Amino acid sequence: MKEQLQALEQEALAKVEAASTLQELQDVRVAYLGKKGPITEVLRGMGKLSAEERPVIGELANTVRGNIANAIDEKKAGIEAEQLEKQLAEEQIDVTLPGRPVAVGGPHLLTSIVEEIEDLFIGLGFEIKEGPEVETDYYNFEALNLPKGHPARDMQDSFYITEELLLRTHTSPVQARTMNALEDKRPVKMICPGKVYRRDTDDATHSHQFTQIEGLYVDKNVRMSDLKGVLDRFAKQMFGEDREIRLRPSFFPFTEPSVEMDISCKVCNGKGCSVCKGTGWIEILGAGMVHPRVLEMAGYDPKEYSGFAFGMGPERIAMLKYGVDDIRHFYTNDLRFLKQYHQA
Amino acid sequence: MFVSLNWLKNYVDIDQLTPEDLAERITKSGIEVEGIERFAQASTNVVVGYVESCEKHPDADKLNLCQVNVGEETLQIVCGAPNIAEGQKVAVAKPGAVLPGNFKIKKAKLRGVESNGMICSLQELGVEEKYVPKEYATGIFVFPEDTEVGADATDVLNLDYIIIELGLTPNRSDALSMLGVAYEVAAILDVPIRLPQTSLRHSDEVAEDHVSVRVEAPEVNPYYGALVVRDVKVGPAPLWMRNYLMAAGIRPINNVVDITNYVLLEYGQPLHAFDYDKFGSNEVVVRKASEGEKIVTLDDVERTLSAEHLVITNGKEPVALAGVMGGADSEVSDTTTNVLLEAAYFDGQTVRKASKAFDLRSEASNRFEKGVDPNRVREAGVRACQLLSEYAGATVLSGVVEFDQMDYSEKKVTIWTDKINDRLGTSISSDEIADILRKLHFNFEQDGETFVVSAPTRRQDIVIFEDMVEEVARIYGYDNLPFTLPQGGTQAGGLTKAQELKRHVKRFLEGAGLSETVTYSLTSKERAEQFVSPEVKEATVSTVSLAMPMSEEHSTLRVSILPEMLTSAAYNLARKQADVAYYELGSIFITDEEKVTRQPEEKLRLAGALTGQWLTHPWQQEKKPVDFFVAKGILEALFASLKVDVTYKQAKIDNMHPGRTAQIFVGDRKIGFVGQVHPATQKAYGLKETYVFDVDFDYLLEIHHNEPSFAVIPRFPSVSRDIALVVDETVPAGAVQAVIAEAGGDLVKDIQVFDVYQGEHLEAGKKSIAFSLFYQDPERTLTDEEVEASYQAILAEVAKHFGAELRG
Ligand SMILES: [Zn+2]
Repeated sequence: MKEQLQALEQEALAKVEAASTLQELQDVRVAYLGKKGPITEVLRGMGKLSAEERPVIGELANTVRGNIANAIDEKKAGIEAEQLEKQLAEEQIDVTLPGRPVAVGGPHLLTSIVEEIEDLFIGLGFEIKEGPEVETDYYNFEALNLPKGHPARDMQDSFYITEELLLRTHTSPVQARTMNALEDKRPVKMICPGKVYRRDTDDATHSHQFTQIEGLYVDKNVRMSDLKGVLDRFAKQMFGEDREIRLRPSFFPFTEPSVEMDISCKVCNGKGCSVCKGTGWIEILGAGMVHPRVLEMAGYDPKEYSGFAFGMGPERIAMLKYGVDDIRHFYTNDLRFLKQYHQA
Repeated sequence: MFVSLNWLKNYVDIDQLTPEDLAERITKSGIEVEGIERFAQASTNVVVGYVESCEKHPDADKLNLCQVNVGEETLQIVCGAPNIAEGQKVAVAKPGAVLPGNFKIKKAKLRGVESNGMICSLQELGVEEKYVPKEYATGIFVFPEDTEVGADATDVLNLDYIIIELGLTPNRSDALSMLGVAYEVAAILDVPIRLPQTSLRHSDEVAEDHVSVRVEAPEVNPYYGALVVRDVKVGPAPLWMRNYLMAAGIRPINNVVDITNYVLLEYGQPLHAFDYDKFGSNEVVVRKASEGEKIVTLDDVERTLSAEHLVITNGKEPVALAGVMGGADSEVSDTTTNVLLEAAYFDGQTVRKASKAFDLRSEASNRFEKGVDPNRVREAGVRACQLLSEYAGATVLSGVVEFDQMDYSEKKVTIWTDKINDRLGTSISSDEIADILRKLHFNFEQDGETFVVSAPTRRQDIVIFEDMVEEVARIYGYDNLPFTLPQGGTQAGGLTKAQELKRHVKRFLEGAGLSETVTYSLTSKERAEQFVSPEVKEATVSTVSLAMPMSEEHSTLRVSILPEMLTSAAYNLARKQADVAYYELGSIFITDEEKVTRQPEEKLRLAGALTGQWLTHPWQQEKKPVDFFVAKGILEALFASLKVDVTYKQAKIDNMHPGRTAQIFVGDRKIGFVGQVHPATQKAYGLKETYVFDVDFDYLLEIHHNEPSFAVIPRFPSVSRDIALVVDETVPAGAVQAVIAEAGGDLVKDIQVFDVYQGEHLEAGKKSIAFSLFYQDPERTLTDEEVEASYQAILAEVAKHFGAELRG
């Protein structure tokens, strides 16, 4: 019986060795280890054995079964690994072919600039205010110390709808509206971005519609040096820490003193070049200390309150920062232009 | 304002600075220098020559053969100028000379005759033609007789002027005069100023005997001075004066006119010279014009006046439009001998109305409009008489005949050292302030830290404390202000909920593949009537148009973003950019008035446009053109992200494809539409198949409540059932879905269409729609009986509403 079992083991192991597919292995497993297989058959004859022989043969039978099962498992793992290897080889692709494009959009360059400036001033404690694009003559001009008959409010320069209504020529009316609306006349710290309109013929440097960001800070004891400090922060964050600013006297009816702010030219580092017309400086924005008439008309006592205001053009900033050479690019919405600014 | 530095040197010493340094100092202190120019580029080797003889060229009619004494030698020069003559003193470019434009002069033969140089015109010496006196415009320039032969001609002409161009802000009209600029420069450089001396020898004759002055409109003409000069010899003005005028951009005419222009530039005070003998009377009457009254101005144009215009009359008829232009009849000419000179103060607004009405903006009107210095009006008249006597041989009659109700007072402005420092953030001392006031030539009384400043009348811009803050600050130097940050209480800045939501929506649509546009708010009247969403149309009575548009293209405020957006899309298409996916969030303008009197309502709309391919992957031959469901899918995802439930209904909307447009609702409220542009409109815009959407964004902001919340992740499995229903082909899937949702009850969490079929396996006129239903109860596992009951309820309801049957 012992010899019989050993012969069966040899025979089974040879068949396992010869098997080349999982099915053949499975056939071997069923043939030798199944309930009707020869080993079971051998064990059925155990009753004829002596009490001493029985456990010896039993153990041997289990060993034989175990050996066959192990051999099958081992062989199976081998075949499976081989098959996987083959499958992976078949599945290989050309990874250098282009991927499927993903539709990618993005914000308009003006939005990016405006949001960048918004975030910068939010960091300095400013709020963002909005106002109507069709303004009353009062808020667009009068409340800003531009009384009727003032040369700066020429019909030729503005888009009037009626004598009392016009497309706002700046976002400054939002200042007056905001201050007027505050019943408690508390300090105001705001910027207002928006569309503005002027009677200009569209060309490379003029657009009848453009964008403006106006800023206002009114509080007790606001100083011109605060304006200088805030504008310096703005210029450095927007144009680079190595930029210098310079204030020059200027004139706006709604501020006194009024200033223009220049930044040192990045191209020549202030030495003078064609970009800065040899001056070393590039004009960025207008600003000033809020005119006492403007405060007064908005219900703030100019003896108690002072403030500063500034106004800048995102188009101009974009043109300087990115070298955009024609203001009309901002409004034709040519995708070849728009998509240049969709990257981070 | 063009300021010739040579001229300026007469009043202030500026030689210690280069023109560039001077320009920078002026710019930093208050007046922007917009450019530094050389009036004429340098010429070399050009001298004054005396034409000893001038004969016709033997072989050329139009050329002359001249012998010109240039000092150490006499040169033979062939000259083609029509005005060349023996005895003239002229500018000669000798061989080796270099003229502007790098034009080198060499010996040459002209028609066989040797020519050793060139006799020059002013243009050849670099003067712009428009400033060249008329008599020299087509020929050579002739020097005065007393000019030294052999002298450097460009030195004599004084053409190597450096001119700085000042960009004046409206408040600094004081710098519209050489004296004003001199005061400014004197303050900046802290140097003394030299004013012109207006000493005058009068004749014994009294002007009052020859003219009287009456002003009937003193509120707009508070001062009128008339001066009379006799025996004027009209001729060219002195060379230096002509040069100054040319440098300032004014063409020399004759000595009388040039002198009034010279004083205008020097004092900033416009003057007018009448031919006394053609004045028409010996009384000057200033009054408002009568309606329809006419005057022929000296440009020979007849002007019809109205009651808002101010005129100078001779008691009978207008002889000048005050401050704007004189009349043709009384113009000074070559034959004038006696001159009536007007020095007056005219109200700026009155002058502006006239100069605008007749489009006659001039150096004079510009200065009146901005306000001249009351204290210089009479003096300017006297200065002109002095120059007329010196350079036109005139006899000046004694006295100024005047009407005078002028306010000559200086405004008093009180300033305090501490308040100035509070406003500027500086620590300037009272001594420094006093020093600044002295530099500015402002009179003041000081009492410790308090100053009462008398603002000079030339500085009409100084009225209040803040104006003086600026004066002190700009002379102190803006560069010297410290950098500080606001010291007020800290306040948290930030975006409002609405502002945050706007940014969310923008980023969402950008992530979905759309590019943001910024289009014009002003469109054409025709386009303003297109693509108007039904809820907008209901709220709108008319469009809002400009009173005076610059063009029809931009005449009317938009009622939809789409027309201009589609114009941009077509712009891309025309440039081979066929795949366009746009969105824009912006205002439209609607009014409930037939004729606008109030501010229109500004509504935020969210619009988009898509055309061309939505997806392409060339090597896999994948192409997915934009269709209705691409556009709708973007909106569905957006609404889901905003947690807004909307429904879609087939609708007919202007300019939209009647079969491929859905109106969007929140409950019963119309909030916009999505669909394909009508093929005819597509064609008109130059577009191919294009899908658009337009949504009421204000309403989305209104209903959006971003309450932070957490929905429990379900612990119990969901059950799904599919249902395929056969209905008439006209029944919208959305309607069936709505009935299913209603009938299915709370346990139905989601319903999705997964198949729509129409064809040979169905009866004609029928279609099948297959839905997947997802059942779930957050509390427990659902039983089959519950699901079955809901399923049966659904079948009953759809049968009732649509006659729907289960597809077999
Ligand atoms: Zn530069």
